[in-house]
Amino acid sequence: MKITMRGVRGSIPVPGPDTVVYGGNTTCHEIRTTSGHLIILDGGSGIRQLGNELLANLPVKCHIFITHTHWDHIQGLPFFIPLFIPGNTMDIYGSFDPVYMKDLRSILSQQMEYCYFPVRECELAATINYHNIREGQAVQVGSATVTPILTNHPVLNYGYKIEDSGKTFFFTGDYEPPVNIYDEEDEEYAGYQQLVDEQQQTLIDFVQGVDVMVADSQYTHEEYPAKTGWGHGTFETNIRLARLANIKEFYFTHHDPMRTDAQLDEIFSEIMSRDNLPDTVFHLAKEGTVIEL
Amino acid sequence: MPLNRSKLVEIVQNIPAFPQSVNQVIAMTSNAMCPPKKLVQVIERDPILTMKVLKLVNSAFFGLSKEVTSVQHSVVYVGLNTVKNVAISVAMSGVLPETNDAGLDMDAYWKDSLAVGVIAKMLAEQRKIPPNETADYFVAGLLHNIGKVLFAHYFPAEYKEVLGITEEKRIPLHKVEKKLLGLDHCQLGGLLAKEWQLPENLRGVIRHHHTMVKDYGDNKLLVAIIAASQLNHYINGSVGVLPQLPKQVEDYLGAPLIDVADSLENLEREVDKAQAFIDVN
Ligand SMILES: [Zn+2]
Ligand SMILES: [Zn+2]
Repeated sequence: MKITMRGVRGSIPVPGPDTVVYGGNTTCHEIRTTSGHLIILDGGSGIRQLGNELLANLPVKCHIFITHTHWDHIQGLPFFIPLFIPGNTMDIYGSFDPVYMKDLRSILSQQMEYCYFPVRECELAATINYHNIREGQAVQVGSATVTPILTNHPVLNYGYKIEDSGKTFFFTGDYEPPVNIYDEEDEEYAGYQQLVDEQQQTLIDFVQGVDVMVADSQYTHEEYPAKTGWGHGTFETNIRLARLANIKEFYFTHHDPMRTDAQLDEIFSEIMSRDNLPDTVFHLAKEGTVIEL
Repeated sequence: MPLNRSKLVEIVQNIPAFPQSVNQVIAMTSNAMCPPKKLVQVIERDPILTMKVLKLVNSAFFGLSKEVTSVQHSVVYVGLNTVKNVAISVAMSGVLPETNDAGLDMDAYWKDSLAVGVIAKMLAEQRKIPPNETADYFVAGLLHNIGKVLFAHYFPAEYKEVLGITEEKRIPLHKVEKKLLGLDHCQLGGLLAKEWQLPENLRGVIRHHHTMVKDYGDNKLLVAIIAASQLNHYINGSVGVLPQLPKQVEDYLGAPLIDVADSLENLEREVDKAQAFIDVN
């Protein structure tokens, strides 16, 4: 399969001179399967340009997997031109929202209510099929199998594993490893830690040995204490994950909107200079990066 | 035919208690600084709430691939924020009877109560009322008309007639109730609020939200709910809009209804979100 990163920024698009290298678009990854099918992970602002390029080859058929419906992961959808062209077919997958009891379709159509956007969901001309998928429910797209796993975030968030012709790719979506809510002196501490460890192990087992992993690394270890509970990981939590899961290649993504290219380079080179890193090859995710697997 | 007082009192005494944990969860969730372990503790100490949370988290709606066996486990699995929201939803539902033969449209009833709750909370936020108090405004809006549900559930035939006349003659509901049944939903709700030992100011809201007086004493919550309810009537174009608002209510609003209504951005969306309180079961 071939992966093209279309958006690697977290929270809000940040175009400008300070972000030209790593890119200012919010989350979107394009995956071409060996069989030639098109999978898109998330509809952040990065999906807009992808949509424009797809117009060269109509009709467009694609499978869009949404990690969760926070704005930075769906905001590009209303500007994804293939949605407006008859004859195109989109299959959109994601989790049902059990808190607000809403399915994907109603969440996305609310996004296109008149007050926010001039075209209503029912006016989209392409054929759109919505699929609310359950954790662990594998979806076959041509030669690829896509399987969701829940990863901790303030709303339900799916990480997606894609397996195609013996190669594997994993994208966390937004993910903050759960932390112990008790203090060490609390009697519940140990029991809770066991639950946290088990949950972590489930993820480690799920992604064991994947060829390429792309993971939410919005914060540094130093920034994290002030951002605990916001739903994002750190470079350090991800290095640990890469080590335990024997990840071959690892991309840090969901760059903080405040982070300039220079700062990203600085953080990355400091991290790479550390002793005792796992064998994983680490990269900063960068808009336009192409990975052939 | 006025209802029998002693029968009313007996009915009210037999309504299950309003769970303290519900109050606590709501109060905590409006405070961003509340430590997560406190929230878990409140849920864990209420076996019914715990059971409901686990039932929902393990339901097909979540579609988890493993069974969640404890509140702590659910926090690790689906996240603290989601558990918090689920707890509020399930805590609110099931507090009141949900069906009636009186023809009271329960969906409309809840939507209306939610709207008043959301408006009250938004107004309170605009007026810089501290976040740990604004949840009370929401709850007060949600519960202020609780007497209506009791009427509909326990006196369906009589209440059906009341609703019919209200509809037909476009007279405010509480006036018809008083005339036909001898007491209105404020009085009946007030009895229950007392039985449930709800906080003093919330009791005042339930008992007096149709009482028009010059001075509401220091019950700020009551003034705020009357204001929110008036705004809601105004937005819906209903007969409940008073020709002249009590002075304290006017002061709280600080501007004519039309302008205050304009200041409530995204009201519908907020009400929609709050709908989760009643949808989950
Ligand atoms: Zn995000
Ligand atoms: Zn997010």
